[in-house]
Amino acid sequence: MSYLIKVNGEPHLVEATPDTPLLYVLRNDLGLNGPKFGCGLGQCGACAAIVGGKLARTCSIALRDVGEDQVTTLEGLGTVEKPHPLQRSFIDEQAAQCGYCSNGMIMAAKVLLDRNPNPSEEEIKNALEDQLCRCGVHNRVVRAVRRAAEALAR
Amino acid sequence: MTDKGLSRRRFTQSLGIVLASFALAPRAAFGQAPGALPFSLRNNRKLEGWIRLEPDETVTVFTGKAELGQGILTALAQIAAEELDVEFDKIRMVSADTSRGPDEQYTFGSQSVEQGGSAIGAASAQARGILLAAAARRFGARPEDLQIKLGIIAAPDGKRATFWEVASADPDLLRGDITAAAPKKPSEYSIVGKSINRIDLPGKLTGAPSYVQDMRLPGMVFARVVRPPRYGAKLISLDEAAVRALPGVIAVVRDGNFLAVAAKREEQAISARNALASAAHWSDDAVSLPDITNLRGELQKLRAETIVVGTSGQPEPVPGRVKRVSAEYARSYLSHASIGPSCAVAWLKDDRMTVWSHTQGAFPLRGDLAKVLGMPNAQVDVIHMPGAGCYGHNGADDVALDAALVARAVAGAPVKLQWMRDDEFAWAPFGPGMAMRVEAELASDGKIVDWSYDVWSNSHAMRPGQAGGVNLLAAWDLSTPFVKSPPPHIPQPFGDGDRNAVPSYELPRKEIRNHLLLDAPVRNGSFRTLGAHGNIFAIESFMDELADVAGIDPLSFRLAHLRDPRARVVLQAAADKAGWTPGKKGDGRNGRGLAYCRYKSIGMYAAVVVDVEVDRETGVIKVPRVVMAADIGLVVNPDGAKNQLEGGIVQAVSLTLKEQVAFDRREITSRDWSGYPILAFPEVPSVEVILMDRSDPSLGAGEGSLPPTSAALANAFAHATGRRLRELPMTPERVKASFS
Repeated sequence: MSYLIKVNGEPHLVEATPDTPLLYVLRNDLGLNGPKFGCGLGQCGACAAIVGGKLARTCSIALRDVGEDQVTTLEGLGTVEKPHPLQRSFIDEQAAQCGYCSNGMIMAAKVLLDRNPNPSEEEIKNALEDQLCRCGVHNRVVRAVRRAAEALAR
Repeated sequence: MTDKGLSRRRFTQSLGIVLASFALAPRAAFGQAPGALPFSLRNNRKLEGWIRLEPDETVTVFTGKAELGQGILTALAQIAAEELDVEFDKIRMVSADTSRGPDEQYTFGSQSVEQGGSAIGAASAQARGILLAAAARRFGARPEDLQIKLGIIAAPDGKRATFWEVASADPDLLRGDITAAAPKKPSEYSIVGKSINRIDLPGKLTGAPSYVQDMRLPGMVFARVVRPPRYGAKLISLDEAAVRALPGVIAVVRDGNFLAVAAKREEQAISARNALASAAHWSDDAVSLPDITNLRGELQKLRAETIVVGTSGQPEPVPGRVKRVSAEYARSYLSHASIGPSCAVAWLKDDRMTVWSHTQGAFPLRGDLAKVLGMPNAQVDVIHMPGAGCYGHNGADDVALDAALVARAVAGAPVKLQWMRDDEFAWAPFGPGMAMRVEAELASDGKIVDWSYDVWSNSHAMRPGQAGGVNLLAAWDLSTPFVKSPPPHIPQPFGDGDRNAVPSYELPRKEIRNHLLLDAPVRNGSFRTLGAHGNIFAIESFMDELADVAGIDPLSFRLAHLRDPRARVVLQAAADKAGWTPGKKGDGRNGRGLAYCRYKSIGMYAAVVVDVEVDRETGVIKVPRVVMAADIGLVVNPDGAKNQLEGGIVQAVSLTLKEQVAFDRREITSRDWSGYPILAFPEVPSVEVILMDRSDPSLGAGEGSLPPTSAALANAFAHATGRRLRELPMTPERVKASFS
């Protein structure tokens, strides 16, 4: 079946079965790299994107359920040349080791900052509770989100 | 494959340079004994195999070490830029690629700066010397009168030439054997020692293609595997026809107990995998797994080869009037728990198999792949691409073979195969469970006069490339199976399960025995620090137990048994930073613990102070703060080193409080994140790391923060509550049981 979905501000016509998880459409049909396969179970957050303004696990959303919602991925925030303030602050704080979970961290932080532009450390930790990181860069991530909040407030 | 732009053709056409020998005194900053050729150069002598000047005025530096998320390519680029005297931004790194670049075996053991860094430093210093000499001839000047700055050589009379101009005049300039190097003194460094940002992070943080998972080749298909339900189960029957008829399915691969499927689309491969799993009937065979509720006793029952790995003063009698103390400890099996399941891309084209992999050892993996595929090494290439973080030997190598086996079945199409979450949790090698027993005697002055130590565990070293077999999962399942390599014997001080089993303390009498277990019911492999994690947990817990018996503060007790000034400095620094108060008692809920470790007995020094808050009702241990002082010798990139040390601390807190691979007597039961929970954001402590300012050889920072963190956490719990937990993890159940 064909579906018209809106990703990073652009419409895309994709051919896939209705139950195809959005993750594989984003990665394989649209060639995006931000959302990663981590567990396929909605447990780790590596596949996160923003769908209809909400943080979503794209491994667990069927293509048929995306509908009119705008999808924003890591690529929709910024680029190497023009990073989003969150991406800039993750670089400045060196808030990654392997970087595989970073997509989910940044997307979850984006949703948090959209809702709460000035979160405390505790609020950041709570907002990221379901985003798993194995390399142990959590404290750097929290600092990066605070730093981005300050940059966005300026 | 870090430099996407550098084609093989350009590679072969690039300017080779090099030179005649410069007999210069080698230096030791990154870890080499003076006079010795750096380890990584011994089998990779050609300068052009390490460094090339490119026509676009960049420098390509080849390394056999792999970027695993530890930032090694950035640190190695710093060393190259420093010793060559070029701008950091001019360096392009090419990492772990059997088709080009040096064979440095594995990226493991916190040795990449020490081995790879000293090799690249020597090669860069030699290239710089050659360029300087060539420029001197060109200018009719003496080399000592020339100045080099940022890749430009200038003569006193104003003549100048870039490195690339000098090299272009003689294509053979930078060719030849690396003989010796005249590296800079640490006091001359301007790039090494700086916290330069990771070169790979901007791409990774913005979604640029960075990982093997992001590779897309023309005509690429997607594959998945179906593994047996448990160790030992055999495939009895399979209804393939229904699976072959599913949409998009291109091939079903069945060879012995190995099962895989390839499809046009990834979600089709996953659906077909589920269908294949349902269509497969497996025998009831199983390997009898240890009783997880009595891990220590179960491990001690297995067949073992016992080796005395450390002894001193044995014939000396123990002085009279001593107190004997003993204790037993255990550590669970641990999973790498990589956030992304292992993945590989394989392509069989024109009789050559090329595999892109996040392996730690491209060359050893190539050898094992070639054996299984029945191909000569020269027809198999392994090219490193980053994956999700691994902390040792996870499923990276296994999935590379899985992908290659599927690639043979889909003639000419590249295959991307990623494991599913349960494949990774159930089948990747685990850090083996460990049992430890310590017995010591204390004299009346509080000094240890005798020390006896035993450790039981399977080998923590079962990687591809080891002698006597093939260490790849699918190879054991084929209809003509390959055998596993026997466990190697890794001598001290590196050791295996006995890594750090020999204490760094001054002990007049000691005997340390390693019981290398020969039966391996649960798949074993290398997890960060090998046996050091369990051994330091036991030794440093026991040091606190002894200090308690002796009635001496744990810090003073350790200092009384340590002569090495660098050890004493880190202990004191950590204690000072944390505000250690000698003799302060825990209050039943809050406590503070200390531990020390010199990793591998010859590596980095670390001392850790951990604070805990214990909830006696729920059994939950909170860790608000960890302070570490570390001496890693010369620091190439301070922030990069701190990132590694901090990450190790957080990971150690997670291991200590939460982590254990779960199994019943027949099969692995922890197959997703609910079965194998790790530390989450709200549970992560604040972490402060102090780095000692040293110019001694670099000691490696990748692992050494883990072992003492686990021990200090156990000591903090004992300090808070007066109860001691001698088995990891320190789960709420065990905490509550300790109060009953």
